[in-house]
Amino acid sequence: MTSYAIFLGCTIPARQPNYELSARKALAKLGIELIDLANMTCCAPPPIQSINLEASLAIAAYNICLAEEADLNLITLCTGCFESLSIANTMLKADKQLKAKINRILSQAGKEFLGSKEVKHYLQVVTDDVGLERLKQNVSKPLTNLKVAAFYGCHALRPSELLKFDDPERPQIFESLIETLGAKNVEYRNKLKCCGGLLRGYSDDLALNMAREKLVNTTKAGADCIATLCPFCFVALDIGQMQVKLKFNEIYDMPVLHYSELLALALGIDPEELALKTHKIKVDKVLNKII
Amino acid sequence: MEYGKEEKTTNLAFSKVVTSRLGGETISLCYQCGTCASSCPVAKITERFNPREVIKLSLLGEKNEVISGDAIWLCCSCYNCQERCPQKVEIADVIYALRNIALEEGYIPNIYSEFASALLNDGRIVKVSKFVENKRSVLGLPPLQPTGVDALRKILSATGFDKLQQKEEESE
Repeated sequence: MTSYAIFLGCTIPARQPNYELSARKALAKLGIELIDLANMTCCAPPPIQSINLEASLAIAAYNICLAEEADLNLITLCTGCFESLSIANTMLKADKQLKAKINRILSQAGKEFLGSKEVKHYLQVVTDDVGLERLKQNVSKPLTNLKVAAFYGCHALRPSELLKFDDPERPQIFESLIETLGAKNVEYRNKLKCCGGLLRGYSDDLALNMAREKLVNTTKAGADCIATLCPFCFVALDIGQMQVKLKFNEIYDMPVLHYSELLALALGIDPEELALKTHKIKVDKVLNKII
Repeated sequence: MEYGKEEKTTNLAFSKVVTSRLGGETISLCYQCGTCASSCPVAKITERFNPREVIKLSLLGEKNEVISGDAIWLCCSCYNCQERCPQKVEIADVIYALRNIALEEGYIPNIYSEFASALLNDGRIVKVSKFVENKRSVLGLPPLQPTGVDALRKILSATGFDKLQQKEEESE
């Protein structure tokens, strides 16, 4: 069994039990043990980087220190957390001066960043540690006939030089994982374009325009649902659909599921255990197609 | 801060200020080709934001226009521009550096001061309510571990992040 320290971040424990439940249950079934460490904090994503970049690097490094002390690699569910922590980890490992500077800050909190651990998104863990072959063997309820529009969001892929997740213009990891569950991957226009999630709260109008484009394009492509990796993208597209309805008077009724939810369902986990009622757009259409 | 001194001598010094900051190091590599603007999903739908323009104004020393304006807050942090820049200008990071300067000078959009307060108070930018926390066991989730908010405050204090908060509270 491979063990990781799980980094939950802020949005998932606060708003998305559906993400956390499906990920915990699915990963356990695949032989990945998740350890909950005390004293973690926010990862310092772009909104905090916008306030103070140096503090943000130090906050990310502090959280990596906790994993180093526990002698565990980190696994994230949220791609925002993946990005903040990975960038800090990669930058500080590569730049001794920056590392020394950040360590002077961390010493105030009694920590020292060593650079001895890795940060992984759970898609990488499923691909690398479990492997597509073994994943396929574990699928007991294949998602046959389900047409899924993969939405990577931004922060798994970019900046690719630091994240090294997949090819930033032609990624494949997510599509492969969808097809391994027996579902059909659906291509759609402007697939890699941002959902506008981080503009919510500052410019809701622009954010909604961007989310709407995703709904238009995935609907045109005939998708049964959108699969997400990030709690912010989920909010932009799920709750966002209610707001699109109010603003544009358009109803898409496009279910949005985290990949972990599709994974859990394909592994035969009872939908009743997955808090699917958290979704604003009902997922019944998806369940009816696969059960 | 050093950049305050430089600014008094010449406007062009603003680009040096940006270059000297974490995130801003690559700004002067820009040759204004516009790959960023044509890759930007926000610029596609509004004239209020154009990354090439933000960089141009910064390089020309138009500090006030850049840091007091709305544009720098309209970057959606998608990194498309940064990914495609032929000059390897780290455009999204440059925007963070510009936002950092804007905040130090008192330009703080409401949503960002909310993020900052939440971080200082709870160690998270989205608060986990008692109701949600209590519901975890019913749903079959393990108890939520405590956040390291005390350590976090020490880090924020060592970087001047908490001073920004105080400044904002004074001005209210």
